Amino acid sequence: MFAYLKQPDDRTENVIIDYEGKALSARAGDTVAAALLASGVDVFRTTPVSQSPRAPWCMMGACFDCLLEIDGVPNRQGCQVVVAQGMKVAHQKGARRIDS
Amino acid sequence: MKRVPLAIIGAGPAGMAAAATATRKGLEVVIFDEQPAPGGQIYRALESTPLRDPVLLGSDYWHGSELIDALRRESIDYRPGHMVWQLTREGEIGVIADDIAEVVVAERVILATGAQERPFPIAGWTLPGVMGAGAAQVLLKTSGVAAQAPVVLAGSGPLLYLVAAQYLRAGSPIEAILETTPRGNYRRAMTYVGGAARGWRYLQKGLSLLRELKRAGVRHVRDVTALRAVGEGRLAGVEWQTGAKPGIWQACEATTLLLHHGVIPNIQMTRALSGEHDWSDQQLCWIPRRDSDGRSDIDGFYVAGDSGGVGGARVAETQGSLAALAALASLDHIDTPTFEREAQPLRRALASESAIRPFLDTLYRPADTWRHPSDDVVVCRCEEVTAGEIRRVAKLGCSGPNQMKSFTRCGMGPCQGRMCGVTVSELLARESGQSVEATGYYRLRPPFKPITLGQLASAAEPAEKAHRSETEVS
Repeated sequence: MFAYLKQPDDRTENVIIDYEGKALSARAGDTVAAALLASGVDVFRTTPVSQSPRAPWCMMGACFDCLLEIDGVPNRQGCQVVVAQGMKVAHQKGARRIDS
Repeated sequence: MKRVPLAIIGAGPAGMAAAATATRKGLEVVIFDEQPAPGGQIYRALESTPLRDPVLLGSDYWHGSELIDALRRESIDYRPGHMVWQLTREGEIGVIADDIAEVVVAERVILATGAQERPFPIAGWTLPGVMGAGAAQVLLKTSGVAAQAPVVLAGSGPLLYLVAAQYLRAGSPIEAILETTPRGNYRRAMTYVGGAARGWRYLQKGLSLLRELKRAGVRHVRDVTALRAVGEGRLAGVEWQTGAKPGIWQACEATTLLLHHGVIPNIQMTRALSGEHDWSDQQLCWIPRRDSDGRSDIDGFYVAGDSGGVGGARVAETQGSLAALAALASLDHIDTPTFEREAQPLRRALASESAIRPFLDTLYRPADTWRHPSDDVVVCRCEEVTAGEIRRVAKLGCSGPNQMKSFTRCGMGPCQGRMCGVTVSELLARESGQSVEATGYYRLRPPFKPITLGQLASAAEPAEKAHRSETEVS
């Protein structure tokens, strides 16, 4: 489990994102992966092969274990996308769907 | 199509130094970087980190501000948030930013794509709660986010100590450090103690980190010979064995396990360009061929920094400047005497900054047991292929990583072998009785990362687009 360290002099603004219908507060400039981890989300997706749970491994764009559905687009790397006000983020279950 | 004399890929220390050097000589430069801000992984989020206390992240981190200031000050076409997905030997660079793809053509290209953490395949390493120590450091630097107790660090190498020390300075407790450095490494590393003496500053830093951890009373278990992460659906604990008590599993609770066995070059692009790569037995990784000034064996391409062999941030910075000078000379932008005059001090600096490397590589060389995991351990995280499955197809006569890929799907997931490649090369080499060199690596191709058809279509010229929609209608 992760959390933001208390930084009394950090004046960075917060943005609110939607994760699975819940409002999460994130530091502006954070990646989606950092914001989710800091809010206690510890499983990001399940794998296409065995549906086993996964969370970020590398946080630098190499491992693809932080894949999420962001604003309706599946398979986005949560560690490479920066949060934006009102962004909608969803857990990714198994392989991405082709239905739109 | 935009044409530039010099393009640089990656805005870490090597890329930033290369850009500054070329720009100061009056050359037009474009630098593409996937991250939203400059610094690479080492100086990540330096401009925006919430951890402004200089002691917390340490002076090596803040050294990056000079390079970042230069990148911002000079008239450099710096493109953050630009993912390079394609590259050809002709210098065509396909980039994507905000869902829009573009192709830029460069006469010379400097690849400064850095390193990634070495895969650390153990039982349970795919469980949520287990991640790279480098990943935890990224969270700390970019967002001031830290794992809550109980946190265990395991592995070997300077970054492991550094992350532990940074956590403690930030007020986040560390339950234990499980050190996997093999006993025999200390003796073997002494052979290179001469180089270590020349790099005494690095040694001093390492020793002072160890003292800091000791003073803080962190439990430091040495000579760990086996390790596994346990839990149902998420990490609940860590179990290990030591050389002193072989066969006896010891355990502690943990909600976060941070693993680290050093870093290896990011070779996705040099591989896709079919450059030659050599297996380094010293660094236990593939290294693209380049000369001492950074010229690769691919015409017009240069490799600077850790993507050409791990040397650390200072070495990367010097290599970046040197590669830029070499590119400038080959474009006839500077003459040969100027090149030689300016390259000489950089070559000397490189020799002295790299002197510590053989010592560090030997001391922190991961033992065979970590690189040859037991049959039940997942090697390919994407396709969930175990070491046992890889050994099984090797016994069937599978000759190399590419054939093995067709048999098992190992390496065919979205990470494109980044997380399994080195392990696969070593496992197959041992099973087949060949050298790692002869066993080889995956054949990599663009796109370097998955892209959508829509993104790809946006790269087409507007005229072509209009034509295509007409044909679609008819």
